[in-house]
Amino acid sequence: MAKEDRIPEVDIVVDHKAGVIREVHPPHKLRSRKGHERRVNASIYVVLTIISIIWLAPFVFLVLQSFRSYITENGGMVSYLIPKQFSLDNYRFLFQPESQYLRWYTNTLIIALFCAVIQTIMVLSVSYVLSRMRFRGRRFIMNMILVLGMFPGFLTMIALYFLLKQLGLTQQGAIPGLILIYVASSGMGYYISKGFFDTIPKSLDESARIDGATRFYVFKRIIMPLSKPIVIYTILMGFMGPWGDYVFASYVAFGKSESYNVAVGLFRWMNTRDLQGYFTRFCAGGVLVAIPITILFFILQRYYVEGVTGGAVKG
Amino acid sequence: MAHKFARFFISLPGRLVRGLLTLVSWIGAFFKKIGSEIADIVQTFVHGDWKTRVSYVVMGFGSFARGQYLRGILFFLFQLVFNLYILFFGGSYLAKLGTLGTVQTTTKNRVTTYGDNSFLILLYGILTIFFIIAFIYTWRVNIKQNKISEQILKSGKKLQSAKDDLGAMADSQFHKTLLALPMLGIFMFTVLPIIFMVLVAFTNYDYSHQPPGKLFTWVGLSNFKTMLSVGGANFGSTFSQVLLWTLIWAFFATFLNYFLGMMVAIMINKRGIKLKKMWRTILVMTIAIPQFVSLLYVSKMFAADGLINTYLLKWGWIDKALPFWTDGTWARITIIVINIWIGIPYLMLIATGISMNIPADLYESARIDGANAMQTYAKITLPYMLFVTGPYLLTSFIGNINNFNVIFLLSGGGPLSMELAGNAGYTDLLITWLYKMTVNDTNYKLAAVIGIIVFIITAVINLTVYNLIPSVRNEEDFQ
Repeated sequence: MAKEDRIPEVDIVVDHKAGVIREVHPPHKLRSRKGHERRVNASIYVVLTIISIIWLAPFVFLVLQSFRSYITENGGMVSYLIPKQFSLDNYRFLFQPESQYLRWYTNTLIIALFCAVIQTIMVLSVSYVLSRMRFRGRRFIMNMILVLGMFPGFLTMIALYFLLKQLGLTQQGAIPGLILIYVASSGMGYYISKGFFDTIPKSLDESARIDGATRFYVFKRIIMPLSKPIVIYTILMGFMGPWGDYVFASYVAFGKSESYNVAVGLFRWMNTRDLQGYFTRFCAGGVLVAIPITILFFILQRYYVEGVTGGAVKG
Repeated sequence: MAHKFARFFISLPGRLVRGLLTLVSWIGAFFKKIGSEIADIVQTFVHGDWKTRVSYVVMGFGSFARGQYLRGILFFLFQLVFNLYILFFGGSYLAKLGTLGTVQTTTKNRVTTYGDNSFLILLYGILTIFFIIAFIYTWRVNIKQNKISEQILKSGKKLQSAKDDLGAMADSQFHKTLLALPMLGIFMFTVLPIIFMVLVAFTNYDYSHQPPGKLFTWVGLSNFKTMLSVGGANFGSTFSQVLLWTLIWAFFATFLNYFLGMMVAIMINKRGIKLKKMWRTILVMTIAIPQFVSLLYVSKMFAADGLINTYLLKWGWIDKALPFWTDGTWARITIIVINIWIGIPYLMLIATGISMNIPADLYESARIDGANAMQTYAKITLPYMLFVTGPYLLTSFIGNINNFNVIFLLSGGGPLSMELAGNAGYTDLLITWLYKMTVNDTNYKLAAVIGIIVFIITAVINLTVYNLIPSVRNEEDFQ
């Protein structure tokens, strides 16, 4: 027994069968364990490096090809990666009126800004009410939204298209029409922010209500200031969503190229037009879309991670 | 877990019977409620004063006569709008809902005379029905208010003024203020279109029955027969293949990403690994960059003349281009593999967030017990993660059944096949098939059928899993 007392750094184990505390790693094994750990870490570094290369490669290729000279080389897909001559030809093309790229970019930006504002108001309203207030019909609303969410989104595409057409919001009016579609049902995405509101203690509301504060006051002055992360997450989602929408945007803008958003415009370049002439231009256009979104994302990444993790746990 | 599953399926018949009984009792309660409402309406009329009685015909009259001007005007305006709507607009559509129109559009001497528009008849018919329900409800509220007002006045108290009403909007009725706009939006742009499309599944609305030129009409269940039965011009065999691939895809896209993403998270978070933030940032690039840029580019990388093939040829590793997008099986595997590239970062973030919450003393005692990394992972990390992320796995699986973007941007559902009907390709999910039917084939009736089937699949999976995982059910537990 005395022997074991003398070596405290060694790993020990309780052997229930024998009823004694037994040492499992003699000192020489401890050293080799450190070596083992170093080997494991080294192999992890190797794996992570390979993963990083795979993850970054497409983006590096995209940027490289966007700088390929359009005049002296081919504008399509070629069998080499690094351009023979770096130039800004493709970017210059994007800024010419004939490409309509700037128009598409502005369209998307307008849609995204409106969505970010209105969608946030809608989502926060619904989630606040469902989290903090108890009233008749609350369960019904939650179950209804759950059931509606089980229908695939594109099912209603034609119905929505004709609804917008009745309002005159297709083709030329596609921008307000798209904002309307994105925003109208956004209240259904209340889950993550409701999960957040649920974590704010109810006693805060109650004590304020006892002091005579109205519900509106509690919402504005007590809950909102505490909810900065989820507000920023909702705004971020509202802003980023419209940049990637191809399906509704192309259906609603149908054939009117001045009403496209960037996704529709670039998708056309890639798929329905002459790809050999537009591949590098697509790359340049993609880079210009990706840069601001990526920067924004990384600035607000903390809030995104909070939202995603909270959402995953709470469902 | 297996035990739980078995118990769940054994108890299934009992549950179904109990569910049906609940439904019957609900319907009973509903009719009882209607009966008592009607009795109350009659009672109020018999015992009410003349102001109340006039309100039965002119909504809001009672409120107005008793000095609640704002309420009175709002009720009256609602009735006015409703009457005008039915008279000049909704009534004619509602009358034709049974046939969806009978007057054909004709063209004589290049002059087109438009007849009925089945599409608008169906759409506005549904809208009118909802409007009528809303009207009946409001009318009932109007009568109830009269009754309450009478009682309040009789007991000598004062009625709420318009100012009080407005004040309540920010306080006791605050939920109505906040929910009004979102609910209106959900109703107009989700509920109405969904009911419309569900009904379209029972009509013959397709390329040869397109309003305004042609009429379409009710056909009962024949579209479901076309979609589900095998042989002839039916879609049954194609449907079962697409459904099978949808489920296989959802399985791999969910679980492969889940385990691989967790492995990556564990590697990054391991003690002694440096530059954690850098590794994470690199992975998160795929979330930040819009998918239509990254996925369209990656899809071209794997094309026959894309970077991957040209370099493999150049290095002499292969003799001819690999058929990434042109062979069915290749395309399916390629898509699953590329989806790992998209999925791992999300899981890495989630797993990192959750693994921070795993009690550290669990690991400590495992280390003392001499467990190696693999054992710790299998005995502590994995069970804990599975427990906590159960709901996430469910939403993720269903999300993948409906994962339009990845399939559409990568392969567009292709390659097409002679064996598959309805323009379906080897990598088509039900959702992309639905999209193709809507946009390319204008075969709306079958698109609607697929939509309903996807809904049923989703609902069944949801119900099954909700019954198995208790942590999803109890909302108040999180508070």
